[in-house]
Amino acid sequence: MRTATLVSLVAVLVLAVLGVSLSMPWLKTPVLMAISHGLAVTGIIVLIRAGQVSFGHAMYACVSGYAVAFLGRAFHLDTLWLVVLGTMVSIAAAALIGVFMVRYRGIFFGMLNLAFSMVLFSVLGKFGGLTGGTDGLRFDRPAFAGFVMEREDFETALLGLGLVLAVGGGVLVMRYFGGVNGQCLAALKTNETRLEYLGISAKRVFWGGYVLSATLCGLGGTLFALTQGLVTPDMGYWVRSGELVFIAILGGSGHALGAFIGAFVFEFVKLYAASLLTGAWQLALGIVLIVMVFVAPKGLYGLLVRRCKPPEPKARAVRKNVVKEVVA
Amino acid sequence: MNRVLFSGLLAASMFLHGGASAQEKPAELKIGITTFTSGAASVFGVPAKAAAEMLIEDINKAGGIGGVKVTPIFIDEGIGGDKLLSEYRRVVQEQGVRTMLASISSGNCNTLAPVAEDLKVLNIMWDCGTEKILENKRYKYVVRTQANATTEMVATVLYLLKVRPDFKTIAVVNQDYAWGRDSAEIVLNTLKVLRPDVKVVAEMFPKVGASDFSTEISRLQALRPDVVLNTSWGGDLDTFVRQAGQRGLFKPTTTFVMPLIESSLERLGDAVPAGIIAGARGDHYWAHPETVNDAAHKDFVTRFRARTKSYPIYPAYHMAQALVGLKAGYEGALKANGGKWPAPEQVAQAMRSNKFKAYGRELSMREDGQSLEAQLLGVTKRDPKYPFAVIDKMVLVPAELVTPPVGQMSLEWIKGLRPDMARLLGTEQFKTHDFK
Amino acid sequence: MDASLIVLALMDGASYAALLFVVALGLTLIFGVMRILNIAHGSLYAWGGYFAATLGLAITRFGLPSWLALPALFLAAIVIGSLLASVLEFTLLRRILDKDPILQLLVTFAAFMVLEDLQRLIWGVQPVFVSEVVNQFGTLEVAGVTYTRYQLLVLPAVAIAALIGLRWFLGRTAIGRQVTAVTHSREVAIAMGVNAQRVTWLTIALGGVLGALGGALASPTTSFTPGIGADMLVLSFAVVATAGLGQIGGAAIAALMIGMARSFSVYLLPEIEVLVPYLIMVAVLLVRPEGLFSSVAARRI
Repeated sequence: MRTATLVSLVAVLVLAVLGVSLSMPWLKTPVLMAISHGLAVTGIIVLIRAGQVSFGHAMYACVSGYAVAFLGRAFHLDTLWLVVLGTMVSIAAAALIGVFMVRYRGIFFGMLNLAFSMVLFSVLGKFGGLTGGTDGLRFDRPAFAGFVMEREDFETALLGLGLVLAVGGGVLVMRYFGGVNGQCLAALKTNETRLEYLGISAKRVFWGGYVLSATLCGLGGTLFALTQGLVTPDMGYWVRSGELVFIAILGGSGHALGAFIGAFVFEFVKLYAASLLTGAWQLALGIVLIVMVFVAPKGLYGLLVRRCKPPEPKARAVRKNVVKEVVA
Repeated sequence: MNRVLFSGLLAASMFLHGGASAQEKPAELKIGITTFTSGAASVFGVPAKAAAEMLIEDINKAGGIGGVKVTPIFIDEGIGGDKLLSEYRRVVQEQGVRTMLASISSGNCNTLAPVAEDLKVLNIMWDCGTEKILENKRYKYVVRTQANATTEMVATVLYLLKVRPDFKTIAVVNQDYAWGRDSAEIVLNTLKVLRPDVKVVAEMFPKVGASDFSTEISRLQALRPDVVLNTSWGGDLDTFVRQAGQRGLFKPTTTFVMPLIESSLERLGDAVPAGIIAGARGDHYWAHPETVNDAAHKDFVTRFRARTKSYPIYPAYHMAQALVGLKAGYEGALKANGGKWPAPEQVAQAMRSNKFKAYGRELSMREDGQSLEAQLLGVTKRDPKYPFAVIDKMVLVPAELVTPPVGQMSLEWIKGLRPDMARLLGTEQFKTHDFK
Repeated sequence: MDASLIVLALMDGASYAALLFVVALGLTLIFGVMRILNIAHGSLYAWGGYFAATLGLAITRFGLPSWLALPALFLAAIVIGSLLASVLEFTLLRRILDKDPILQLLVTFAAFMVLEDLQRLIWGVQPVFVSEVVNQFGTLEVAGVTYTRYQLLVLPAVAIAALIGLRWFLGRTAIGRQVTAVTHSREVAIAMGVNAQRVTWLTIALGGVLGALGGALASPTTSFTPGIGADMLVLSFAVVATAGLGQIGGAAIAALMIGMARSFSVYLLPEIEVLVPYLIMVAVLLVRPEGLFSSVAARRI
């Protein structure tokens, strides 16, 4: 998609989200959830670019969420500090785990991430004295940039922050993809050995990508925790990680915008399916995903790109036909 | 952000939804009810929903509340805490509902109580037992129409001490989540004060939804405790009872205490032996000694059975209490308001000063929103007329004896209990009722 | 911890491991032949259990002879396992063979979600439990503790029979050898004239039956409720990952390891019981990412 089209599309979407959320206040919560999931999914698509999928990345959202809860309860920090510190905890965790993780590829990578996340999930659920157990930890609404706010205003402020983070995160990821590190990351999928031949450490590149993906998941986790005022071990359950991958494919794993489109569609289908088809929303979503995989494997973003493609200039088309004839 | 414009938009949207006005009678009284219609806890949620639908039909047939028809809106707690939060807010802000009944799960109550307070809607905690919510903070809009975990568990301990006053060892096998942990904590702390010589030989917390208790059962067999406490419910309790039965764990030398087994008795049928100390989480049972012959109660049980093909269990009764309390609150508030339709906080205030009665004894609510509900405890017995166990030797423990006073935290209050309370239920004033 | 408690822990661990092994076996078989980790395997377990319970209830309702109870379990597993697995294979698995591995995983995840809801629509939310079979076998005492013969004898017997039977099938029968060939290298097997599609379908049906058998065997002792599939799935995952994907004998050992570790922890340190399978998985994967028993494969460039 051309840059101009992309920028205008993003601008329109941001304004639409703002407008809708402000006119219907109850929508702010699901919108914030969608944005936080979108951020986490942006992390997932970084990994997908390397040809890897992690079934445990929800643990980074979980870790940052719990960090926010602990810090909020203990020190009553400001929201912005909580977001920064929570994400830093995720980064630290990923940097450490990543050192081991980057040796693995494919199904083993996915499984090891799953194992770590299940250990975290079980620990959080068991050691209730520290972590609040399966009911989780509540924390009071923190101040935002120094202002103490009521729920309505706080959510509006979070929404603003969320949109800034979403656009920022998306831009960051796309620039990463276009840069040297991102291209090297993509090479992990296509031909890792050749990358090594070039003298570039595949492990280091992957580590960088892994930490970036965890950062985005961590950011999403802090936003989620702040919106809910509650963190539970479910934030790190393997089904959550599976849902993140689901959204990545639904929205389109090639572009950050796809992550957010997927997250919004997922969130709202889930919300309305839950109220209209109680007991069958999983069925509906499952069928949607299967259809998507067969019909539109590049996701909703892929469909969007196809529609927005600029028409081919005639000269190029003519030359293509000539080549076809020669080859045939 | 332009606060004036913003608040203007907000006010306009609320006005458009037409729920905030406290003057004219609305066309219908919409009540949001959260209950589990999916997941393991739906064994509670589905009977409660049936009871709600039945009772609301009755209320509407009799003219509604204050002449206004009642319309329930059900929300499934099984969609998970975060989705539930969104749904709750959507129902309040998009559909303009000002009265909510939430929830079954203590975790959900924890999340939703402050939200209700923020949104200024009446929130009746109709089933969750956690005592911490109303003890930790004073709420204007949040009330509870049944007892809490402290009341239930302390009454259970007193009954245990009546049935088996001289036991020496106890083991705990509870579900590993807030209820399982908190209920164990209350029981063990109460025992520490009333019977400090009792030894706790094991505390096991298998995870919720565990499908296999064979190791726990083996350990219990090896330890041979005098008393085993199990506050599980639903599938977990069913599995435990069946596996324990298969392995011959139910011996006369071991007394099992299962405060939530009333909800599983019919389903478990033959698997429940006699002699288990059973609780019903409050002052209700389809064969409640004081109301079993009440026309209203008999009618309720008959119609519930016709509708759901099973006897009502405690969630259904809790729902009844909540609806009766709500109705009493609205009627009281209407009177106090001179006939004008009351705002949610007026209803909450009225609920605190009006007594209400469902199918047990009369209930009253304190100024902190906590209701005082007597506790029914008994021992299981096999009766040839029924294909499942019934509760016999029932004792009703008044709430005032086993509930901490307003403003005092449960654990503090328990520490201050008088040791001679251990023999309380053996005294004259507590009649033991046989099953009829 | 004295000797009698050790014996008890071993007994408990063995019966738990037997169930885990049967389910994990199905998962690892399907992976071997399709190179896809079938997340819907959890549903096979759940459906196997529910269907077995339904059959058991039917036996009592229609007054059929009670000795049918045990064979009914196997019948349930065979019917529902092969049926469901075949439907999955035909509608989904066959068509995603050439897709991106991530998409393959997601399709099975979606199938799992669909089957979870279908299961709830069919069997409802009340716990389902039919325990006739266990009562028929009676109990026996070990070290002063009463065990049911069902858990101590029947379950391990079925697990061992499955292990030996499968080994024999794969090594000694013509079709079994074809399965091994397709598992090892699909293309070469096709080149040699093996009908890979039919062999794949057969293996998947077999894997499905094993998954459903796990559920059917668990149904007399466990209450089946919604969500039971997800928990069993992630546990059998842990077994398969620890053993090595596609390893059959290894899966038995891994299941024993995890089963024993779990039961010992209930006696020694009950708080870590839930953690133990995942800790083992992490520990093994960190040291040997392909699992404990997998063969080293040459890396393709």
